[in-house]
Amino acid sequence: MAEYNVLTPLTEEIIDKLQAGDTVYLNGVILTGRDAAHKKLFELIKEGKELPIDIKGQIIYYVGPSPARPGQVIGSAGPTTSGRMDAYTPALLDMGLKGMIGKGLRSKDVLDSIVKNKAVYFAATGGAAALISKRITQCEVIAYPELGPEAIYRLEVENFPVIVVNDAHGGDLYKQGREQYQIR
Amino acid sequence: MKTIKYDEIVNVVAGLCQEANYYLEEDVLNAFKENLKNEKSPLGISILNQLIENAEIARKERMPMCQDTGFAVFFVEIGQDVKIDGGLLDDAINEGVRKGYTEGYLRKSIVGHPLERKNTGDNTPAIIYTSIVKGDDLKITIAPKGGGSENMSGVKMLKPAQGVEGVKEFVIETVDKAGSNPCPPIVVGVGIGGTMEKAALLAKQALLRPLDQRHSDPSIAALETELLEKINKLGIGPQGLGGTTTALAVNIEIFPAHIASLPVAVNINCHAARHKTIVL
Repeated sequence: MAEYNVLTPLTEEIIDKLQAGDTVYLNGVILTGRDAAHKKLFELIKEGKELPIDIKGQIIYYVGPSPARPGQVIGSAGPTTSGRMDAYTPALLDMGLKGMIGKGLRSKDVLDSIVKNKAVYFAATGGAAALISKRITQCEVIAYPELGPEAIYRLEVENFPVIVVNDAHGGDLYKQGREQYQIR
Repeated sequence: MKTIKYDEIVNVVAGLCQEANYYLEEDVLNAFKENLKNEKSPLGISILNQLIENAEIARKERMPMCQDTGFAVFFVEIGQDVKIDGGLLDDAINEGVRKGYTEGYLRKSIVGHPLERKNTGDNTPAIIYTSIVKGDDLKITIAPKGGGSENMSGVKMLKPAQGVEGVKEFVIETVDKAGSNPCPPIVVGVGIGGTMEKAALLAKQALLRPLDQRHSDPSIAALETELLEKINKLGIGPQGLGGTTTALAVNIEIFPAHIASLPVAVNINCHAARHKTIVL
């Protein structure tokens, strides 16, 4: 269970090194997207059309922040449940997406696609939304502004705390962690 | 007869929406701190510390502790000697939600049609359960409810022969399947008895009870304690990353049942177990 400071975008070398259970502090740019934005991106991919954003090498954070008060960069911004994105995720990974940040279980298709495409799934702490917002230093909408909190944002982050749940080698902390602490 | 003005209810409800989302209750904070002493997983300890720090930031900066500021669910007890002057109670509560969520920078998470899914833009309508009671008080409780944990909840109509063992099995199975999704450490609300919808409502009402307060019936209190111990042996842990703190409490409410039925409902709440009450 190592600890890393990682600069985005994720390199192949870093992805290869990360293991389920590692703590990672992300620095640099990440994108956001949740249900509605994923549906739109997925439909464009199906139709063979160009995406409004370049997802190659990027990390998508599943979040729908609360509104910012005047003077704040962003409102509270914790992760939402990742499983709702599962139907759309393998197509995005095939397009070159390298990382996802969310919370909760992924489908088998997603787990297989993570290994196949050498990607990584991170968990942020669900409900630590005020704390997480302090690690976001810039925020701008880059696609689908009409979706409000569900728009795609470009975030700049500093020491953004995440934990590796599913690594590129098939490691799965949700499974391993439970097995370690289960009392039968 | 006591008269309460419509506008007063609007303002009180607006304040409740904000306070419930900014200020985590002491019983939940204490439960974090208690479990910190016993949690075995280093990642679990680090998560519990993050949740304590998060609650402090939210309180200090008047920010929602979680970005999912929830469906605005209300439990209202209205004394039969109360008169509301200037409009309907439900309208006042909805206007209060509109005001509270907009002025308080809370997220608007409600779509106006379950299939067409267009956001209503002001977090209305609220869900309001009203009961008429003795006296001339108006008691309003808000319990904003996040989607992630609500999605992991369930109801089952057991056969009476399945008895308490069937109840335990369903509660454990529901928590087990939910795993990391509902943001553990969770609070487990359980409703046993009544009809299908009554059991579900009891499970939600059970979530309003302070975490350190057990049921007044000793046998139900013992069942709460037993279920909590069993759940915390599942290994799910804080955020599902493995650990011994999967639930902070199991709260059960019961109601008489039909001779043919044993309904049981499990309503899961994330660790942001929010509720605020005011009496006018």
